[in-house]
Amino acid sequence: MRKLWYTMKYKQLKKIIPVFSILLALALQIFIPNSPLHPQSKPYFTYVLIGFLTVYLILYLISFVRTSIDKMLVYRGAFIGGVVLFFNILNLLTAKAALLPVLYFPSLDRVFGVIAEQTDVLAKCVLYSARLLFFGIVFGALAGFTTGICLGFSKTVSYWLSPVIRIIGPIPSTAWIPLVLIAFPTAVSASAFLVGVAVWFPTTIMTSSGISNVQNAYFEVSRTLGASHRYQIFRVGIPAAMPHMFLGLFNGICSSFITLVTAEMIGAKYGIGWYINWQKEMLSYANVYAGLIIIAVLFSVLITLLFRFRDKILVWQKGVIKW
Amino acid sequence: MVGSITVEGVRKTFTTADGDTVHALNGVDLQINAGEFVTLIGPSGCGKSTLLRLIAGLDFPDSGTLALDGKKITGPDCERGFMFQNHTLFPWLNIYDNVAFSLRARGIYKEKKDDVAEYIRLVGLEGFEKSFPHQLSGGMCQRASLARALVGHPKVLLLDEPLGALDAFTRMNIQDEILRIHREHGMTMIMVTHDVDEAVYLADRVVIMSARPAKIEKIVPIELGHPRARSSQDFLAYRAEILRRLHFGGKVPDVEYYL
Ligand SMILES: Nc1ncnc2c1ncn2[C@@H]1O[C@H](COP(=O)(O)OP(=O)(O)OP(=O)(O)O)[C@@H](O)[C@H]1O
Ligand SMILES: [Mg+2]
Repeated sequence: MRKLWYTMKYKQLKKIIPVFSILLALALQIFIPNSPLHPQSKPYFTYVLIGFLTVYLILYLISFVRTSIDKMLVYRGAFIGGVVLFFNILNLLTAKAALLPVLYFPSLDRVFGVIAEQTDVLAKCVLYSARLLFFGIVFGALAGFTTGICLGFSKTVSYWLSPVIRIIGPIPSTAWIPLVLIAFPTAVSASAFLVGVAVWFPTTIMTSSGISNVQNAYFEVSRTLGASHRYQIFRVGIPAAMPHMFLGLFNGICSSFITLVTAEMIGAKYGIGWYINWQKEMLSYANVYAGLIIIAVLFSVLITLLFRFRDKILVWQKGVIKW
Repeated sequence: MVGSITVEGVRKTFTTADGDTVHALNGVDLQINAGEFVTLIGPSGCGKSTLLRLIAGLDFPDSGTLALDGKKITGPDCERGFMFQNHTLFPWLNIYDNVAFSLRARGIYKEKKDDVAEYIRLVGLEGFEKSFPHQLSGGMCQRASLARALVGHPKVLLLDEPLGALDAFTRMNIQDEILRIHREHGMTMIMVTHDVDEAVYLADRVVIMSARPAKIEKIVPIELGHPRARSSQDFLAYRAEILRRLHFGGKVPDVEYYL
């Protein structure tokens, strides 16, 4: 009984860590005056902290009735607290003490201020980038899966294509720009192609290696069960390689985001990558960081969705394969 | 009755990674009648799995012929089911879909749907249809893969040490199930085993193979009815004879010793 009570107390403690971390950050933000070296700005960091505190407290209350939320908060509590502490320290080093070069390390008030005050432009940028990413990822992944499957199953394809892929794959996307500009009619299709190539390469490699790693016994047993060659490809090879294919897609999405900034260098009208490039040239680092934060949020949303999807599709691999 | 296997003058050599030649089978002749239960026994590496794989059509002999009902074996086919030592159930399919694999692959699932449930019941796995292989014990997985191999009604079932990895009790249980299925469906069964008891318990004939040169040393017909008592005098006599043939009988020269 005592022990149970202790673990319960410990659990509650873990859940409450973020609240203390946020309160500490708020207190320091409000009571320490800003350094005069930093340009004046509304206290957006305070708003963010208050907003976050509200959201967290609501979740905290829900956690008493919903065990899934409870588990998540117990598990994530320390991490969330740590992240807030990191921003807290960053705030002290920049806005409060101006210990870091003011030009390159703008105050958090200003970074969040950019997001709050330029919502229109940023939202437009997100939409443009999302369109680019969507086409790039969809076509890149489809092409990658197809190439990977052909490589994995056909010796002829593998003989001719493997060396070519090894040469094309590592070419940095900047190097494609001149070629792509000539080959594609519009800037958008050219940019989408660059993103697509970035997705295609890891997807191809992981798919084909996934297929070549399928235990031969699965193919043999399926043949004794009367499966045709085609049936083996689609019902044995591909499902067995699915975990690798997901890993390839994950890597592909990572590189698509890395490529975004390059892809939007060519004739883009809007886009997060374009925005970052533009603001970097203007030396508005607050805006650059704001853009980076938006990219990070976009990315983690997409990756979370991907993992959800994987957990749905690959229930069987729980306890079989880990990555 | 269908399902007779003819093996004539089959040789099979492998080249190892170092370039050495291994004579896995050195002139094997074997006639297996339709509906017969044959067990293959012999020292490790003597070519039992190789012979079974040749019959399945998963490998091809260097010379000699293998035939099913007089028809030359040219590749794997659903008329020759195969069960491996480890279950090789498809981990991405649940038990039901694993068992249904053969019917779906051959496009006859719609007509034969009911067979899936029937064979799942036959191996005692009803209630586990929705489970995935990793959620089942080794014995249950072997039962499921037995059902998967049987559902397409093969003429011949080839079993490569299917029970080798199981504990003694599960093994004896599944042995009885295999015997029952053999009796009910009348298919030919060829099983590789390391277990002399198992060989005698199941087989109409025990085929003893020798290591070097790899060929058939002796065929012992087991003239006992079913069910067989594992501790009866006759049973032990067969057991002793086979052990003697495998050169493990030295310490028990006399069967009466057991009694
Ligand atoms: N694919 C292969 N490549 C090279 N050598 C092989 C191959 N398959 C089998 N062999 C060799 O052929 C011989 C017979 O192998 P096989 O697997 O048929 O033996 P076995 O009787 O089934 O043995 P065990 O009882 O241990 O399973 C062995 O010496 C083995 O090394
Ligand atoms: Mg073997």
